[in-house]
Amino acid sequence: MRRALITTGSTVAGIVLLLSFKPHHSTTAKAAAATPQTTGTAAPAPSSAPSSSTTAGGKASGTYKGNVIDTRWGPVQVEITMAKGKLTAVKVVQVPTENPRDREINQFAVPQLTQEALTAGNARIDSVSGATYTSEGYIQSLQSALDAAHA
Amino acid sequence: MRESVHHVEHVMGTVFSFDIRSPRTPEITVALAQAVAWLHRVDRVFSTYRADSQVSRLARGEIVLGECDPEVAEVLAMCEETERDTGGAFSAAPAGRLDPSGLVKGWAIERASTILHDAGARDHCVNGGGDVQARGEAAPGEPWRIGLADPADPGALVAVVAGTDLAVATSGTAERGHHIVDPRTGRPAAALASLTLVGRHLTEVDALATAAFVMGGAARDWASARPGVEAFAIGCDRTRWWTPGFERLALLPTG
Repeated sequence: MRRALITTGSTVAGIVLLLSFKPHHSTTAKAAAATPQTTGTAAPAPSSAPSSSTTAGGKASGTYKGNVIDTRWGPVQVEITMAKGKLTAVKVVQVPTENPRDREINQFAVPQLTQEALTAGNARIDSVSGATYTSEGYIQSLQSALDAAHA
Repeated sequence: MRESVHHVEHVMGTVFSFDIRSPRTPEITVALAQAVAWLHRVDRVFSTYRADSQVSRLARGEIVLGECDPEVAEVLAMCEETERDTGGAFSAAPAGRLDPSGLVKGWAIERASTILHDAGARDHCVNGGGDVQARGEAAPGEPWRIGLADPADPGALVAVVAGTDLAVATSGTAERGHHIVDPRTGRPAAALASLTLVGRHLTEVDALATAAFVMGGAARDWASARPGVEAFAIGCDRTRWWTPGFERLALLPTG
């Protein structure tokens, strides 16, 4: 019998691989000055992405903004903050606001997206299995947070 | 460094997430478009929500099987086999009307995955509304890690399964309520909140997950005896059980 805590095994590479964010800007000047290098060692970025990020002893720090993804409700964009390889914050920076239905979705979806992404960040998760969601249910799912982070 | 390719597609009443970790090539780009087109075609032919789908017209007796695309007969044959394998806990007509949906989605996802694989995308993961087919590795030397959603809290995970060439399907009431009918009684299956089945091929794993969910507590012995699949379930009373082999592929919470 082998059991392990789900929260073990979170690594910089794992989290960055999982989230695969485009670098936006660095908030850790010290790390930036010390070892600026491409994300290639830790984070595969989309081919069109500018490849610059910061690592300190292999621990990424900074704020990373995901691509804007077009959902059926409108554009969604997520931003994460890493401090020494740990995911410390997730912020949804762009959400659809077109109509009352969208606002309703936002009220539910935004705080959950944040919590979900953090939960996923604790263990490197590539995908999520669960009861079949509808298109509407997807927006609140952990999988949608992973997709938003990948975009 | 490996580039990754991601795509999200709304189809079949849910959302499909493609996560390709193999380096992008023109062949893979074409295959992704083909896989997406394939899913839309499956929806047009098999959807029970579309009055004009072949399956809907077949159910109404407007056409016969021979007039349908050959995939319809293929799917119905697999449904019959699954019905035999599960003692009737799976059926192509669970509520008395033709509805092979319990098998179609997993089959469609697995075939989409095969389209990608055959085009050279050896490392990828296709998630169709919560059912997952993963091939190859997530990164060199790294298995795919699939979280199992907590039916009581969509933001939390109850376990994580890891592996290469892995199929994971979950049946449950968390997203759409008591929608799974026990074909043997005609009533909604209500013993479990969630059941996840893990195996190699999603066509089989998805259909069997639906059947095992219907079996309820009896699914534990059934899945333990069935080669090539492992099960993890959460009862309506929050109790959890899993088959002995499940621990070899999963991280489970302690305590």
